[in-house]
Amino acid sequence: MKTENLKDRAILFEQKIARDEKIEPKDWMPEKYRKTHIRQISQHAHSEIVGMLPEGNWITRAPSMRRKVALLAKVQDEAGHGLYLYSACETLGVTREELYAQLHEGTAKYSSIFNYPTLTWADIGAIGWLVDGAAIINQVPLCTTSYGPYARAMVRVCKEESFHQRQGYEIMTILANGTKVQKEMAQDALNRWWWPSLMMFGPTDAESVHTAQSMQWKLKRKTNDALRQQFVDQTVPQADILDLQIPDPALKWNPERKQYDFGPIDWEEFWQVVKGHGPCNQERITARVKAWEEGEWVRDAAVAYADKQSDATLQKAI
Amino acid sequence: MKQDWPLWEVFIRSKNGLEHRHFGSVRAADAAMALDNARDVYTRRNEGVSIWVVASKDITASNPANNGELFEPAKDKVYRHPTFYKVPDEVKHM
Repeated sequence: MKTENLKDRAILFEQKIARDEKIEPKDWMPEKYRKTHIRQISQHAHSEIVGMLPEGNWITRAPSMRRKVALLAKVQDEAGHGLYLYSACETLGVTREELYAQLHEGTAKYSSIFNYPTLTWADIGAIGWLVDGAAIINQVPLCTTSYGPYARAMVRVCKEESFHQRQGYEIMTILANGTKVQKEMAQDALNRWWWPSLMMFGPTDAESVHTAQSMQWKLKRKTNDALRQQFVDQTVPQADILDLQIPDPALKWNPERKQYDFGPIDWEEFWQVVKGHGPCNQERITARVKAWEEGEWVRDAAVAYADKQSDATLQKAI
Repeated sequence: MKQDWPLWEVFIRSKNGLEHRHFGSVRAADAAMALDNARDVYTRRNEGVSIWVVASKDITASNPANNGELFEPAKDKVYRHPTFYKVPDEVKHM
């Protein structure tokens, strides 16, 4: 294609997005748009899949049948969300196997939050309340993102996500109103999950390299810091209801801004976990690779069976 | 791994009286497994009463690059719409 043509197309493309028109799989798109979307959607899918691991840890040890069916349903939803997102990503001309390979080799990232361990049952409550709460704030704006298949997948994800947060908060409510030991367990979980949850919104705006481009393509509707502030403002009153203390001595209502001020985030820890040095990075990928490799014979057997069936149908036809 | 599972497009009728609508896609070794997977992935909350799956490779799609020649000719054919025709104001129910 001539350079002039390409430039015209790129301008038309940006105008289309500015008018809130959606981009669909077979439409022309700039290579950078395709690549950025493959990266973001696949990271999102990987996060759903790896996100099953910390919670799966507690399925067999859930304290009641009610908690067990809820946790199972939540983990199953996460598998589903991963699958919606992988299929949305595949429409950009990448195969699912390539995406899996990137996850397993460590060339693709997933949300760092899942590299923290789930030490007690209260962690399941804290994850639902805080991690899913943060995820919802991050995800709701994506329901109107410019790439059609991603936006449609996010509509379904968001519809399903709110039960996740409520079941987590319910667990916290019971523990916070329980025995002294149960309340301490809830407080300990909040202490450990609070800061990693704030980190889920990503680096500060000053450090975030992709923000401007992502805003233009509606991959982002608000900046990382704005979303983080929104999370703090909505979560602090919820902690008050539980009578639990947010582990931040600098946390204070600012009547002028009508928002909470909060203390500095330990970005050194954030980057360490992103680079693979979190408490569970190794364990998560090992578990994922093991499941994939040990499932290979099942996948192959299914293909062999399908081939045999279609051969039999052909024989009959002849 | 010898062979990747093919891709299937999933269409779901949310209730009788409505048409099947495209919901997304799944990977599966064969059509029966594609139905099972579609049921697990897309109908966990009573979203459907009927599922179709079709191998993605069997779908023929129009090319958006040809949208002009395909769809623009319909734009200036206003005479295909009822509002193009003038009838006296006194005429009711038409």
